[in-house]
Amino acid sequence: MSELDELRRTLPMVGAEPSILDDTRIAHVVAHGHHILSHRTVPGLRVELEETPDAIIGKLIVEAGAQIAQPIHMCFGLAHPTGVQQIKIDVQILEGARAQVLSHCLFPFAQAAEHRMQATMEIGPGASLTYTEGHYHGPHGGMQVLPHATIKVGKGARYFSDFSLLSGSVGRLDIDYLVGVEEEGIAELSAKIFAHKTDRITLKEAVMLRGERSRSLIKTRVVLEGQAHADITGITEAYAKGARGHVDCMEIIQGRATASAIPIVRVFHPEAKVTHEAAIGSVDKKELETLMARGLSPEQAVEMIVSGILR
Amino acid sequence: MPTPVLEIRNLTFAAGPQKILDRLGLMVQQQEIHALLGANGSGKTTLAYLLMGCEGYVPSAGTVLFNDIDLLPLKMHERARLGLTLAWQEPARFEGVTVREYLTLGKPDCDPVPALKQVGLDPARYLSRRLDKALSGGERHRIELASILSMKPKLAILDEPSAGIDMLSITHIIDIIRALKAAGGSILLITHQEEVALIADRASQLCAGRIIFSGSPREAVDHFRGRACVRCDGEVCNYVRA
Repeated sequence: MSELDELRRTLPMVGAEPSILDDTRIAHVVAHGHHILSHRTVPGLRVELEETPDAIIGKLIVEAGAQIAQPIHMCFGLAHPTGVQQIKIDVQILEGARAQVLSHCLFPFAQAAEHRMQATMEIGPGASLTYTEGHYHGPHGGMQVLPHATIKVGKGARYFSDFSLLSGSVGRLDIDYLVGVEEEGIAELSAKIFAHKTDRITLKEAVMLRGERSRSLIKTRVVLEGQAHADITGITEAYAKGARGHVDCMEIIQGRATASAIPIVRVFHPEAKVTHEAAIGSVDKKELETLMARGLSPEQAVEMIVSGILR
Repeated sequence: MPTPVLEIRNLTFAAGPQKILDRLGLMVQQQEIHALLGANGSGKTTLAYLLMGCEGYVPSAGTVLFNDIDLLPLKMHERARLGLTLAWQEPARFEGVTVREYLTLGKPDCDPVPALKQVGLDPARYLSRRLDKALSGGERHRIELASILSMKPKLAILDEPSAGIDMLSITHIIDIIRALKAAGGSILLITHQEEVALIADRASQLCAGRIIFSGSPREAVDHFRGRACVRCDGEVCNYVRA
């Protein structure tokens, strides 16, 4: 089976249909290691890609005012147990444009593999980007994933990101996102991760509310079992009048798992406000007992609560 | 004489040195609405948790028979599967879980629409909503009652089902309690509201962990109003002492 077929076959693990790659109305990029296997563009979208021995270097530009109707699919991965993939990507959503990117990161056989992503994203004035990133790292726990991104949200622009890793093992995950938000811009960052065995997660998301009336939300939901461990840091700093931010972190730990949550909020303007909430612990006792009082076994009740949190 | 759905004898429970339930005895008949009255701290909610088998609520003495089955050795979900359930005074909220999922717990083929309509909520608006903080307290309470209706229990313990419900909707709550009875169930109704208590078939007053009066709802309400004590001291009921 070709590497392209192997990655196609894994797409359902992150909720995507393999047929999207055949649809001529849908833009996509498929890269295995440092090789581009397939790509397609659509009107309003410019894609520049370069293969190098050490990385794939790409630029994705949505032209000013363009409304990309269908999500743009970026499918990165390795179809082998070992290997390295490094992606350096620059995403520009120009003024007034709108796009949705679905990024699928697939490493179904990883035993000692590494994926690095260095992204810069710029969402121009009045533009909007929804960036949904789904990961599947296979069952072995041998994956190391390091996505780092710097995002600039322009005046009146919107940025919504949703990271999820819900099936299989995590391995080692180290996310580091820095988002700057200009006047009346909105940034919402959501992450949902289910970790098992000896998985290790470091998640750091920072939002700088630089513009007046800029707004942000960092929402993190992590469930850990076995001996997994997570360190979650959500940072929001507000520098301007009317800026509003909120950090919301919930971690459920089971078995011998451990976790830390550090919300850091800083305010540098008297008319700005940032709030936070963080909770770490086992499944809420009252929720558990409510479901058991309807006849669910403890195991069924935990499964329902956990799947709700990660939804 | 038919078997009572619930028969409690000499039930005793202490939290540390403080006795919360003291040799409590109570009987709830089949298809009976039995109101339980009592001042704050008299042990009503403790009794509810103990009957349901909530964690940490294990009696030091006494027996509880549910349709002649010894309830106390059973786990919470086993009690629920026998047909016993509890609606909490302050219902839990569940992130991500929809109203539809909650009303069909363990019974995916069950139609949640009638129960939702019965509690006065429009299924088109509510079925896909999540049971999270976005729901008001009153809405959450109604959904809790709808989940009890969906479950069709043999005995529902309702802990202040009208708490947080607006005055105009109290009649709605009363209709729901009656509907549970009409469906063949019994209800142990913990309430502070006279209007709600008076719909019961029988009522008992709890004071310092003991049932000190049982009779018609009117008699029990009058007894409660005329009690000698304002608040129990926990050890010995002031009313009994008086």
